[in-house]
Amino acid sequence: MPTLNHFLILSGMLFAIGTAGVFLRRNLITILLSIEIMLNAVNITFVAVGRYRGTVDGQIITFFVMTVAAAEAAVGLALVIALFRHRETLSPDAFTSLKW
Amino acid sequence: MEQFAFYVLAGVTILASLGVVSSRVPMHSVMLLIVSFGALAGLYVMLDAPFTAVTQIIVYAGAIMVLFLFVVMLLNQHREDEPEVMPASLLRRNLRAGVLLSVLLAIEVAWGLSQVGLRSFGTDPGEISAVSSVAQIGLALFTTHSFAFEVTSVLILVSMVGAVVIARREH
Amino acid sequence: MLLLIPLLPFLGFVINASLGRRLPKAVSGWLACGAMLGAFAVSVTAVLQANAAPEHFVQQTLFRWIASDDLQVPLAFRVDPLSSLMILVITGIGSLIHIYSTAYMHEESDSEYARYFSYLNLFASFMLVLVLGSTFPVMFVGWEGVGLCSYLLIGFWFRKKSAADAGKKAFVVNRIGDFGFILGMLVLFVNFGSLDFQRVAWAVNALPPETSMGVITVATLLLFLGATGKSAQIPLYVWLPDAMEGPTPVSALIHAATMVTAGVYMIGRNAVLFEHAPITLAVVAGIGVATALMAGTIGLVQNDIKRVLAYSTVSQLGYMFLAMGVGAYAAGIFHLYTHAFFKALLFLGSGAVIHALAGEQDLRNMGGLKKALPITYWTFLIGAIAIAGVFPFAGFFSKDEILWKTFSGHHTVLWAIGMVTAFLTATYMFRLVFLAFHGERRHDAPAAHDASASSAHAPATGHRPSDAGAHGHHDHGHGHGSHLHDAPPAMAFALIVLAIGSIVAGFVGVPHALGGHNRIEAFLEPSFEAHAQAPANPDFQVSQGRTVTPPAPEPAPAAAAESHAAEGEESAELMLMAVSLGVALAGIGLAAYFWLRNRASAARVARSAAPVYALLLNKYYVDEIYDAVLVRPIQSISTLLLWKGMDAALIDGTVNGVGRLVRTSSDGLRRLQTGSVRVYAASLFLGVVLILGWYLFR
Repeated sequence: MPTLNHFLILSGMLFAIGTAGVFLRRNLITILLSIEIMLNAVNITFVAVGRYRGTVDGQIITFFVMTVAAAEAAVGLALVIALFRHRETLSPDAFTSLKW
Repeated sequence: MEQFAFYVLAGVTILASLGVVSSRVPMHSVMLLIVSFGALAGLYVMLDAPFTAVTQIIVYAGAIMVLFLFVVMLLNQHREDEPEVMPASLLRRNLRAGVLLSVLLAIEVAWGLSQVGLRSFGTDPGEISAVSSVAQIGLALFTTHSFAFEVTSVLILVSMVGAVVIARREH
Repeated sequence: MLLLIPLLPFLGFVINASLGRRLPKAVSGWLACGAMLGAFAVSVTAVLQANAAPEHFVQQTLFRWIASDDLQVPLAFRVDPLSSLMILVITGIGSLIHIYSTAYMHEESDSEYARYFSYLNLFASFMLVLVLGSTFPVMFVGWEGVGLCSYLLIGFWFRKKSAADAGKKAFVVNRIGDFGFILGMLVLFVNFGSLDFQRVAWAVNALPPETSMGVITVATLLLFLGATGKSAQIPLYVWLPDAMEGPTPVSALIHAATMVTAGVYMIGRNAVLFEHAPITLAVVAGIGVATALMAGTIGLVQNDIKRVLAYSTVSQLGYMFLAMGVGAYAAGIFHLYTHAFFKALLFLGSGAVIHALAGEQDLRNMGGLKKALPITYWTFLIGAIAIAGVFPFAGFFSKDEILWKTFSGHHTVLWAIGMVTAFLTATYMFRLVFLAFHGERRHDAPAAHDASASSAHAPATGHRPSDAGAHGHHDHGHGHGSHLHDAPPAMAFALIVLAIGSIVAGFVGVPHALGGHNRIEAFLEPSFEAHAQAPANPDFQVSQGRTVTPPAPEPAPAAAAESHAAEGEESAELMLMAVSLGVALAGIGLAAYFWLRNRASAARVARSAAPVYALLLNKYYVDEIYDAVLVRPIQSISTLLLWKGMDAALIDGTVNGVGRLVRTSSDGLRRLQTGSVRVYAASLFLGVVLILGWYLFR
């Protein structure tokens, strides 16, 4: 029987993988995908703890997280398209004009 | 039995995620992520959360990932560009900083987890049914969290409009 | 009803100040005169009413002005013998001067004319508040107010730098005196619990006279400091000669007849206090007589007609203070009253001369005006005889009374100095008369750009006596000699009335030795005493305008009572009278010799005693000394320490420094904004690690 700890460790690893993806990849789409991984890691934690405590709140939160992730993915991808039209590249290092 | 299922699903999730992060071809990343989501849905089922599992498939794998697919195909970038070479000193510095921070984070997380004692899930069938019942979720969603629900609908509207406006081609 | 007395001129001020520039000159001028005449009429009524009252006073409380625990100050006016005399002088002579001004200031524009009369009315209003107040604070309101009006009127032609400087100087020097006045007030309040004149007097009366520096002495000395400022005595007289920059009627009203007498009035009002502080009285008398002598010597050699009269005023004020200092309060007030007549007359007469000569003020450029300006000449002569103290003109009785009281009080040294000053008074006054009116018209003064050689300059305020026509009298085509015209009707009227006054005013004070009853002394006596019982408490009678006439108390023992002259004393008094008359005539004779007969010898004497002459001409260099010792050090401290050190470096530095700090720090912080998303993500990561660590390891 997997315990809560199993799920927490899984979640932690997934989150780490996602974070690594955000930092190390130089492709905007891949960065967005890594963010999705992070959000899923968090979802797992919520559902596991909700199951542990016997309430349905964990799943409720997960529901909202998914919704927000969808909205964020939509807008984020729209931005990627707009940026790509500008510079023909998907590297985040190409877009540094908002600086001092 | 359950233990085995867990390890398989968890392994798939992790391996697929690693693949997402390391693949140089965007299309492959998206596909691997869909696989990862599928494994996660299985994990949700293990956690007596069938509604969440189905929602995961429908929303995440079915909608969001399709959106990603569309965009990848639209932008038609077969392979990621070769990274520019940074000066070696800067590379070394960034690497060192990144490694340091990651190690710190890992230590913190591990320590935090170790403080949590071994916690098992309850096996009371009543509890299980309370958690897994869609009726219960619906009830909570539309009474206690109704305000958040409504606000979320506005959020989706806003993001829709925003996405359309941002991605529009200038004439 | 008493309120009307200061209120009418105040209304005149309001109307002229607000509407004046749109009113024609005739309206604003006669409005102001009407206000003064109205005030005079009400004053006469009030005086008669007070006289009829059992205790010879009428008091009216208007409202409770300050009500703060122990400090209760109602706004109350009181007409008793002393203030009766003062309000009659102020409104009466003030009205004459207003009438005179309508002609004198006629060349000004409509708005300037109205401004002049608004200030003049305001001044009268404040002066009346000063003398009518029944408490120190009310008097102080008037005190400050007349100081303000003095500044406004001295600097009336403010576009001329010397006039603006003179106004400033007057105000600043007065302020120093006011500081003393306020401190004196506070000392009295702290020690006697009230600021009402009657109450304080009654409280002080219960104490014996102080023989050392006690509370009363300190308070009265501080009050006297205020008086030296307002009444131009040593050490604060320096503003009065410079005040001659103002229009001549202003000099007549403010700096001869009324404002400068405020200090004398104040001492008279607080006679009981001063009686209990012999040290202060000695100081007062000493300073008074020293000032009288000093000013007399300076006036002897001045070349500007108004300067001579200014120093003469300072000198005569010294006489008044001498009288107060030896305890002869009534005599001092008597001299105040007669002096108002003849000094105003002399100033107005000099104004007529200046007016006729189109702005010429230097005596060396005058002469031969006797036939051309008859009214001016004869009235001026009457004034000069009066001030010289020749029987039976007004000045004789009042000056003689002072000298007699000094002598009989065994202050022989003071009496001697007073006699010398009387001699000088006659001399310089008739020097003025002879130089201005007799002989032939001369043009002896050096030209304007050469003036530094021989005329008196104060470094801070440069008054050039030969700066003809620069004080606002536009040249209306009057040259020398044949085009002179005598005073116009308004001016002549004032001159003639004042001349009559200068002759007969003295008759209210004919002493017993000459068969008179010295009515004025008897009249004024009740004002210089304290009540035998606690005065009826006017502080809490708040009912509007209710006139208070208290029940007749038991007669109080007279404080500064006139000694009924025994036979021996009477003959001594007659002898002294003869001596002072002789001294006056001798002075006139000396002046006649030097400046009527033998002008050249005057110049010779001046040359042979050149250093003394220079000393006197330069007013003993007092202004220069003040400048070096006081003004410049204060200026340099202010500039170096306060301005550059504290304000610029410290305060501005702090304020600007804060700005600079913000700028520098934001300059550094903005570099966080690298534009690279990865850097932002990295900083987020760092933050997460830190915060997580904080929560975990807490």
